[in-house]
Amino acid sequence: MKQLPFFSVTRFFAIVAKEFIQMRRDRMTFGMMIGIPLMQLILFGFAINSDPKHLPAAILLADRGSQGRTLMQAAKNSAYFDLSQEFETTAEAEAALLHGRTQFVLNIPENFSRKLLRGEKPALLMEADATDPAATGNAVAALRALLNNALQNDLKGPLAFLKGSPGPIELIVHPHYNPEGVTQYNIVPGLMGVVLTLTMVIITGLAITRETESGTMETLLSMPTRPFEVLIGKIIPYIFVGYVQVSLILLAARFIFNVPMVGSIPLLLACALIFIAANLAVGITFSTIARNQRQAMQMAMFFFLPSLLLSGFMFPFRGMPHWAQTLGEILPLTHFLRVVRGILLKGSDFGDLIPELWPISLFLVLVLTGGGLRYRKTLD
Amino acid sequence: MPTELAIDVQGMTKRFGALVAVDGVDLQVKRGEICGFLGPNGSGKTTFIRMLCGLLRADGGSGHCLGYNVITESELIKFEVGYLTQRFSFYEDLTIQENLEFVARMYGIPGRQAAVRECLSRLGLVDRRIQLAGKLSGGWKQRLALAACLLHQPKLLLLDEPTAGVDPKARRDFWNEIHSLAAQGLTFLIATHYMDEAERCHRLAFISKGKLLATGSSDQVLARANLTTWSVRGPQLLALSNDLTGLPGIEQVVAFGNTLHVSSSQQAALERAIAPFRKPPYIWQPIESGLEDVFIRLMDSSHTVEA
Repeated sequence: MKQLPFFSVTRFFAIVAKEFIQMRRDRMTFGMMIGIPLMQLILFGFAINSDPKHLPAAILLADRGSQGRTLMQAAKNSAYFDLSQEFETTAEAEAALLHGRTQFVLNIPENFSRKLLRGEKPALLMEADATDPAATGNAVAALRALLNNALQNDLKGPLAFLKGSPGPIELIVHPHYNPEGVTQYNIVPGLMGVVLTLTMVIITGLAITRETESGTMETLLSMPTRPFEVLIGKIIPYIFVGYVQVSLILLAARFIFNVPMVGSIPLLLACALIFIAANLAVGITFSTIARNQRQAMQMAMFFFLPSLLLSGFMFPFRGMPHWAQTLGEILPLTHFLRVVRGILLKGSDFGDLIPELWPISLFLVLVLTGGGLRYRKTLD
Repeated sequence: MPTELAIDVQGMTKRFGALVAVDGVDLQVKRGEICGFLGPNGSGKTTFIRMLCGLLRADGGSGHCLGYNVITESELIKFEVGYLTQRFSFYEDLTIQENLEFVARMYGIPGRQAAVRECLSRLGLVDRRIQLAGKLSGGWKQRLALAACLLHQPKLLLLDEPTAGVDPKARRDFWNEIHSLAAQGLTFLIATHYMDEAERCHRLAFISKGKLLATGSSDQVLARANLTTWSVRGPQLLALSNDLTGLPGIEQVVAFGNTLHVSSSQQAALERAIAPFRKPPYIWQPIESGLEDVFIRLMDSSHTVEA
C-alpha cells in the first residue's frame, strides 16, 4: 500500500521557497526585523551607559597622615569619582548613602598612614550604593588600580620595600543593598539575545495564524503534508533573518561600542543557531495554539517579558530569589546571555559552554515536539 | 481494479458542539460523474466536502473515497483529490507562477517546470505569470485555482461553490471545461446554489440542515417529488399571491417575473384550492415543475419537519 513518506524534502523545500518569497514581498515585516535591532542598539547602546563616570562620592577622613591626603587627592583626580563631600562621622556618611546624596563613601581610617608605613597593610573601606551594580562596578575597579598607583610616589626610599608586596593596602568594598557584582560590556552582547527573542518569536508566531486567517491553511491542509515539513519549512527562512540581526549587532558591538571580542566568533555564530531555532520553535508552537494573529502576538509578549526580566539581561541573575532563578534557567535567553558574554568577554570555548548549550537544545526539542503535536492537521 | 464508485460513504456525521452540521449523509458518486451538491447556506455542504478530503475529522460514518478508507486513509486521499475552496485560498502574495510551482512541489509532480509551463499556457496566463495572484480579478482567480487543483492530475475534484461571483460567460466556460474533464474520467462533486448549474450535473444530491433529502438525476428528482405546478399570469399578482399562500392544498407560491408558480405535491387538493381563482383576468396553465420548484419545496418541508 502506498504510504505518505515521513519527511519529504521536496515538500519541505516547497514551504521554504514559499516563505522566502513571502518574506521578500512583505517589506514592512522585513523592515521591522532590521529596524528592531537598530532601534534597540541605539536605545540601549547609547542611552544606557553601563560605565558611568563622575559618580558622587564622599570621603570620611579620620587619618591625619600624609598618605591619607594623597589617596584623597588621587580619588579626586579620577574621572570616576566626583569627590564633593567630606564627612566627619560615620552616621553622616551612612545617611548620605541611604538617601542617595552620594554613591560612594571612602573611609580612610584613623592611623592609616602609620599602619601603612609600618607595613601593616591597613584596610580602606569603600561603601557603595550598589542598587545598580553596573553603576558601581567600574568605579570600584578603578579605585583598586588607583590605590596602588597613588602611593607609588610616597613609597620611596626606606619605604620602597612596601611596593613589591602584593599591595600595601587592603581595600574592602562593601557594596550596599545588592551583593551582585559587575558585568562589563553587558548590554550590547545581551541585546543580541533580547532582539532575537523578541523578533523571532513574533515573526513565526504569525506564520501559521496568518495562513489560517487568509484561508490558505485550507489549501495547505488539503495537500498531503506532514506537520514537521510545514513547521521546519517555516522556521528555516527566519534563521537567515536571525543571522542578519546577529551580524548587525556584532558589527555595532565591534565598531561602535568597542565591545571586546576575546573568544571565537564562529563559535558564537554556531551557538546562535541553536538559540535562534529555539525561539522560532516557540513562535511556531504559539502559532499552532493561537486562533488568530492577535492572540499569537499576545503570546509572544507573554514569553518575551519573563525572558527580558528573568534572564539576567535587565537584572543580575543571582540577585533574584530561587524560584525566579529556576524559571530563568528554563528560558533560552538566560543561557544564551551567558554564552554571548562568555565568548565575547571571557573567551569561553565550546567545552565551557556545554552547560549552557544543552538546556537550549533540550528546550528546542521539547517545544518543537509540542508544536508538532499541536499542529492541527484538520480544520477542527 | 478500483471500484466503480469514486465516492461511497455512509452515515457521515459531523458535530460542532451541539450543532449537527452533517447528519448521517450517505452518498455514492460513480467515476466520471458530475454530482451537483445542492443546499441552502449553512446546510452542511462545505463541512461534508471537507470531511471527504480529510480537512475535518468525521464524528461518525464510514466508507471509501477513490478506494481509500475515508476515515483512516485521508492522507492518501489527498494525493488524488483536488479541492477548490469557496474562498480563493492560494497565496495572494505569490505570483501565478509561484503558486503553481508551490503546488507542484507539494505534490511532488515529476517534470515540475514543464507541468507549470503547460498549465500556464493552457490557462492563457503565460504573459501574466509574474503577476501577483492577489491582483487577479475574481474570474481569473477562479481559473487559476482550478488549474492549481488540476496540476497533480487528481481523480476526484471537490468544488465548493466554484462559480460564486463569476460572470455568466466565465461560468459557461467553466462548466464546459468541467464536462470535458468528466469525459476524460474525472469525477466531480460540485456544491452550488445555482439551478442552471444543477441541471448540468449528471446527478444531484440535495442537503438541508445536515440531512440528505434527495438524490438522483434531475429527472429522477423531479419525478420523485411528484410536484404539480400551475403558472398564472395576470394583473395584481402580489395580491393574488397573498390570497393563495397558506390555502390548504397549496404548498408554495413563488413569483417568476410576470408569472406565479403555484405548486403542491397533492394534485387534487391543489386544483380544488385554485378553482375559485381560475377566472379572468387570470390565465392559468399547468406546467412542468422545475428543479427550483422542487428544491424550494424540499427546503420548506425540511423546515416543517424541524418544527
